[in-house]
Amino acid sequence: MPIKIPFLEKLKPLFWDYEAADAGPFKKLFDFRRIWEKAVLLMACVAVLPLLSLASFDFSVTRRDSENEIKLRMARVVSNTVHTVSFFLEERKAALQFVVYDTSFVDITNEIRLALILENLQKSIGGVIDLGVFTPDGRQVQYTGPYQHKLEDKLYNEEDWFREVTARGTYVSDVFLGFRQVPHIVIAVRHDLSPGSFYILRVTLDTKWFNELLTPVKESGIGDTFLINLDGVIQTPSLAHGEVLVNISFPVPQYSSQIQVLDDEKNHDSPVIMGCSYIRNSPFILVIVEEKDKLMRPWRTTRYVVFIYLAVSVAVIILVVHGVATRLVNGIFLADQHRILTLREVEHTSRLASIGRLAAGVAHEINNPLAIINEKAGLIKDIFSFRQEYPQEKLIGSVNSILSSVQRCSAITKRLLGFARHLEMSFEPVELKAVIEDVLGFFGKEAEYRSISITVDFEPNIPVFESDRGKLQQIFLNLVNNAFAAMSDGGKLDILVQCIEPGTVTITVADNGHGIPQTDIKRIFEPFFSTKKNQGGTGLGLSITYGLVQELGGKISVESALGRGAKFTITLPLTLEKKEKKNASTPC
Amino acid sequence: MRVLLVDDELELVSTVAERLTIRGIDADWSTSSEEALKKIQGKAYDVAILDVKMPKVSGLDLKKMMQKIRPEMKYIFITGHGSEEDFKAGSAEAGAKYYLLKPVNIEDLIKKIHEILGN
Repeated sequence: MPIKIPFLEKLKPLFWDYEAADAGPFKKLFDFRRIWEKAVLLMACVAVLPLLSLASFDFSVTRRDSENEIKLRMARVVSNTVHTVSFFLEERKAALQFVVYDTSFVDITNEIRLALILENLQKSIGGVIDLGVFTPDGRQVQYTGPYQHKLEDKLYNEEDWFREVTARGTYVSDVFLGFRQVPHIVIAVRHDLSPGSFYILRVTLDTKWFNELLTPVKESGIGDTFLINLDGVIQTPSLAHGEVLVNISFPVPQYSSQIQVLDDEKNHDSPVIMGCSYIRNSPFILVIVEEKDKLMRPWRTTRYVVFIYLAVSVAVIILVVHGVATRLVNGIFLADQHRILTLREVEHTSRLASIGRLAAGVAHEINNPLAIINEKAGLIKDIFSFRQEYPQEKLIGSVNSILSSVQRCSAITKRLLGFARHLEMSFEPVELKAVIEDVLGFFGKEAEYRSISITVDFEPNIPVFESDRGKLQQIFLNLVNNAFAAMSDGGKLDILVQCIEPGTVTITVADNGHGIPQTDIKRIFEPFFSTKKNQGGTGLGLSITYGLVQELGGKISVESALGRGAKFTITLPLTLEKKEKKNASTPC
Repeated sequence: MRVLLVDDELELVSTVAERLTIRGIDADWSTSSEEALKKIQGKAYDVAILDVKMPKVSGLDLKKMMQKIRPEMKYIFITGHGSEEDFKAGSAEAGAKYYLLKPVNIEDLIKKIHEILGN
């Protein structure tokens, strides 16, 4: 037994648990629950699917767009930063170039002059720590800066930077510890004095200044921005990829003269977007790395809003659909309930009407024997009143006539009662022959008066089967009534009962009346369609007959042509769907 | 006074005729229209009492046939009361006064016979 929750019970629509149990085993009533389910599903699909597909389309398109935009932004930032770093280095190289061009070797090796140059450089370009002048043998011939006392008598010709600047003319070092174990960068320029003779001016740059170059980029939130050298050693502090002078955990990007922005899922814990660019004329590669998740956060936030909106919309749609469907199906259900009630009333009225129609014939049939009784009794009285002698034979003859007339009357009343008794729906074993003969009994006199010949032909093996006697009577009464109305005097009505298909019995009621025009034949089972409206026809007879046949699980069809009579064929099942086993062994 | 009774119910028509005879009315009867037509050809009747509902030829049709043979004859209809339409047709033909319903009281019938003959 299903558990009943009081709250849900209240919400349950009227039709939810409705079963048309009282309408007979064959009554085709709507399964309202199924209609409701279909309506909800269909309406919900129609309303929600476009919304969902739009949302999913929006999701994929905006994600792609957002990714593209992020990459574009990153490329722009990389480009700007590369320019800044490049400009920083070029600015310092140019300053050194200016110094060496502007100052003679003698002047530059002058301690005071060199200190002045350092001071001027610090004032003008900033970030300069010290200056050193080196001769081609690697000796520092002059130095000015804070570490002067530690640098005497050192030879630098074996240092990488020295070899580079000697060979190329200018040199920008990557970050190295040098003798002082402090990270710094060196820019050096070679100045040729005469063929084979030159000196080198070296400037040590403040890595703090250098690092500060990248600070605004870091603060912009585009990602962890730092420089690496060509070997993948970190040059400027990074937030999440290691300290300065530590190797990066991912491969050094391949050389390209262009700015690269890549998706990288393999070399990081979580997918990242990496922008990088080689900085020209320097050993540096600018790298900006950021987790994709973090970069996509603004997009995701918008998606959350859209998702919440979508969820609320879907919920509202489902609620509305539910409400509308419930209301509609409830409406249909109530209308159907009303229809069933009306139909029952109409059926009842129609049955009463057909009994009313019969009453005229029945009255005639009863009045005749009553008249005989009246006259015979009157005659007996007359004999006693007018005559002296009482002829016994005549008296007995009259009494017998009275008795047989009473018999006639009671046969008629019994038939009527038998007909009226089956107004209620009940399935019982029915002998079709008896039902048809009962019905024809009502038409016997009329047939006699109108010289209508009725033939009833039964196949011998028609079994007794379960059906509703009252409904069968009504069906045949309606059909025979219609046939009598269609036939002129001297007509011919043939009723044939046979087993054509196994498990069914087929009854044909054929008359030779005026028939049904081809244009009307499709409509004759429709309610309120009548060709006899001006003669008091309601247009319900055949529609009710149709309904009754359906209720008994059968089918009714008609063949007719104008002037050639009409043939109604009814096929009834010999077994009820619900009681198949009980009546399984039938001869048909 | 001669009366012809026509009804398809033999028992009825013969008994009514007998009771009329007992009351001094010359009453003949027949159970079919053919027989009735033959009778009026051979003999003049003052009144014909006809059953409305009869096989083949109805009382109303029979009256029309009879009128051709005996235009002066009067008619009273008796019916088991069929439908409303029958009543309308019958009373229009004979007048509601002479359209009687079965069973008929014999004295009433005799009164009607006298009435129709203007006695």
